[in-house]
Amino acid sequence: MGTNDQKRSLPHGLRLVALAGAAALTLTAGLATPLDPAPQQARAADDGKKVLTVAVAQSVDSLSPFLAVRLLSTSIHRLMYEYLTNYDPKDNHAIPGLATKWESSPDKLTWTYTIRDNSTWSDGEQATAEDAAWTFNKMMTDTGAATANGSYVGNFRKVTAPSPTELVIELKKPQATMAALDVPIVPKHVWEKVSDFSEFNNDKDFPVVGNGPFVLSGYKADSYVRLKANKDFWRGSPKFDELVFRYYKDQDAAVSALRKGEVSFVAGSPSLTPAQAESLKGADDIQVNDAPGRRFYALATNPGAKAKNGEKFGDGHPSLLDQRVRNALFRAVDREAIIDKVFRGHAVEGEGYIPPRFQDYFWKPSADRKLAYDPAEAARLLDQAGYKKNGDGKRVGKDGKPITYRVLCHATDPNDKAVGKYLQEWWGKLGIGVRLNCLDNVTDPWLAGKYDLAFDGWSVNPDPDFVLSIHTCGALPATPEETGATDNFICDKKYDELYARQLTEYDPAKRADIVKQMESRLYDLGYMNVMAYPNAVEAFRTDQIKSITTMPAKAGNIYGQDGYWSWWSAVPADSGGSSDNASSTGVVVGIVAGVVILGGLGAFAAMRRRATAEERE
Amino acid sequence: MTADATPALVEDKQQTAPGPRVRKSSAYPRYLAGKVAGAAVSLLAVLVTSFFLFRLIPGDPVKTMTGGRQVSAEQLAAYREEFGLDLPLWRQFTDYCGKALTGDFGTSYQFRSPVVDKITEALPNTLLLTGTAFVLYTALGILLGTRSAWRHGRLGDRVNTGLALTLYSIPSFWLGLLLIIVLSVGIGPLPGMFPTGGMESGGEEGFAYVLDVAHHLVLPVVTLVAVEYGQTLLVTRSALLDEMGSDYLTTARAKGLRDDLVRRRHAVPNALLPTVTLIFINLGRTVAGVILVETVFSWPGLGGLFYQALSVPDLPLVQGLFFVFAAAVILMNTLADLVYPLLDPRVAR
Repeated sequence: MGTNDQKRSLPHGLRLVALAGAAALTLTAGLATPLDPAPQQARAADDGKKVLTVAVAQSVDSLSPFLAVRLLSTSIHRLMYEYLTNYDPKDNHAIPGLATKWESSPDKLTWTYTIRDNSTWSDGEQATAEDAAWTFNKMMTDTGAATANGSYVGNFRKVTAPSPTELVIELKKPQATMAALDVPIVPKHVWEKVSDFSEFNNDKDFPVVGNGPFVLSGYKADSYVRLKANKDFWRGSPKFDELVFRYYKDQDAAVSALRKGEVSFVAGSPSLTPAQAESLKGADDIQVNDAPGRRFYALATNPGAKAKNGEKFGDGHPSLLDQRVRNALFRAVDREAIIDKVFRGHAVEGEGYIPPRFQDYFWKPSADRKLAYDPAEAARLLDQAGYKKNGDGKRVGKDGKPITYRVLCHATDPNDKAVGKYLQEWWGKLGIGVRLNCLDNVTDPWLAGKYDLAFDGWSVNPDPDFVLSIHTCGALPATPEETGATDNFICDKKYDELYARQLTEYDPAKRADIVKQMESRLYDLGYMNVMAYPNAVEAFRTDQIKSITTMPAKAGNIYGQDGYWSWWSAVPADSGGSSDNASSTGVVVGIVAGVVILGGLGAFAAMRRRATAEERE
Repeated sequence: MTADATPALVEDKQQTAPGPRVRKSSAYPRYLAGKVAGAAVSLLAVLVTSFFLFRLIPGDPVKTMTGGRQVSAEQLAAYREEFGLDLPLWRQFTDYCGKALTGDFGTSYQFRSPVVDKITEALPNTLLLTGTAFVLYTALGILLGTRSAWRHGRLGDRVNTGLALTLYSIPSFWLGLLLIIVLSVGIGPLPGMFPTGGMESGGEEGFAYVLDVAHHLVLPVVTLVAVEYGQTLLVTRSALLDEMGSDYLTTARAKGLRDDLVRRRHAVPNALLPTVTLIFINLGRTVAGVILVETVFSWPGLGGLFYQALSVPDLPLVQGLFFVFAAAVILMNTLADLVYPLLDPRVAR
């Protein structure tokens, strides 16, 4: 009897636990499948709304346009608020946004924008020049409001709105980027109530008043950002009713969500890995978009960190101050191998500083000037510079010690590590050691100038001013204790002269020509060696998105565009309409199944208790 | 083993039980005061550590925050002042301690909102996930551990311990990804049943919201339970095995008590002490969340927040989270210390 009891009681308890678990699973599983095929989740919610869901990995830092600096947050601001100008999705040239036209005075110091009269805030008020003037003035006078976009107004002397459709910006000195002010214009009547701009995150009261193609209607930190279509948007309403950004911290999980149809689009951060792209290529209803990217991937050399006051700091290797050494190092980098082996073909070999997708500004060296892969020439250059090999085959510096370069790499970027291994091999053959310093946070040693070389990369905007500005002497920190806007402490007089010229050149063709001269100068200096232009590899479900605008229109990317073109233009695929009610059907069936199972369990347990009651007593 | 020796032991046990209880009146308060004081000192140590430890990370947080952007010297100074970084270290420390004692851990650099807000936003999510998993894996571990020990050496025991050890040694993120592929996306005839990540679909309300969250909860909980229950199982099993040779159990059987009563009423309570320790330690850990599982399933909890805070580094957020994590463990360990004497009065002697 004892044995019987022993056998019975534990398994009995266990069985109950197991069955209860199974019932719970069934109950919740009923929410999805098989009656609720997942792809419809992204396509249409219960009420038949067309919802476009985008997988994102980055957290929103702030939903205040005065504070946000991350790509996701600023992309959302592009959707919420209209900027003065936008970029043509075909060729990136500036086109009307909130402003319909703009012109400068003969002395190049006053810009007048005509503000459109058909843009209304989502609370019904008219968007006017007064809103734009207030936005810029706030950034010019309140340090909290200058956090994110303060650099745009650094050269502004005065901003006024003489009439509701006229905005006047007076400059301290000429500035060619006045049609590329990527600043969200906010409604004055809403924002003037904010008391502390450094702490207001714009994420509590929904819907948030805006005049872009979408209106922010909900946000939960690290869960989702929800936007609904602005039916009154002056350019026309988006075709999807809702746009949802959902968080997937793990990129493989995001790819799984795309396969299942839980999301319509996944871009990765910043790109899908070659393995993910390959695995998605054969999948049903999924299209992989392998587009020329807007980023460059480079090796930056420490040119001897110094501040504007001339004070030197950091500990960059002195041999790198010799241009021949820098050129030799670059000549010993097999860029084709990097494209094939590291990027697996999802990149283009690097040349000039600005990627080829920005055709107006793209520059590449002529064949005779190109620093092509040539290890023998690299060795010759090093010999010539006086860095000869010792008896152990190691090249020694002027101090007689073998040269080993410290290369800063991002611990989270597998490309850095892979290329780093190749550098160890290629430069090792030259007799130069490489020590990879892979860190989660590379900023600190970088700002302190405590590195020899570093993996570097920037996204380039349609207007290249920013990525050019970070190599001017003016971007250096004021003192070693301060921060500058410099990328890696490059300071070259000739480059600076060219930079100043392009900034005051209002003729686009002439300006492009000067920009190319700057790239040429940068190439010769050899402090920035562009190895590749990685592609933007992303994927979307064709059974949810029928069509979507890429930028540039011909073979361009979708995520992180300059403008709102992708999500504004996306056309939903025909859902067939049959699955609209599937979600609720799934819930009902799941609940019924769960109740039946729980009921059965209860009856079963009761019968078992009755059967053993006598024995127990 | 003689029949007359056993009753004596049992009697001993019965006699000793009231003994300490009488003595407890004098020993327990002292014991309690000692433990509480110890916890307070530990908390203070954590407060000090959390301040200085993260300041050992090289670099200037303001520079890190603004790196790559055009920031004027005035603006940098404004930031330093805003975050109190312009003050001497000792002032920063006293300010930090003073505010921390009132529950104010400052403002997050990257999110521009109070640290307490960020923590209270993510804490319930973490507690829901790890709390549910905790209840399940503790129950499952004790249940299976008891069963394994009681029938040790048999096939059931071998399968149980083998499976528990295997699952315990599997990396949780790998198991999570596997579950996503099999149960979320679906393989072959097996349909995808659960969401691939997140805590909610968004936009649901009322009961639908509860169901939606439950639906999202299943896979991360299953992953956590699968990986964690083995530890409880093994501890319970080995503790019970130690008890099983005891004479009082033979006596209990000899009195004619049914086997499951002997196990439940006599053996298990006596064997539970190590398991209780483990339970409290695990309970403390539930607050910290499980970074890898939260990452794989994109669960918006404290684990993910801690990772984000560290990567900046967002000092106030890192400090606040570190303090909360450590405080939870200290609190739970202290509670465990306070509960032991109730389970085994000899502890407080």
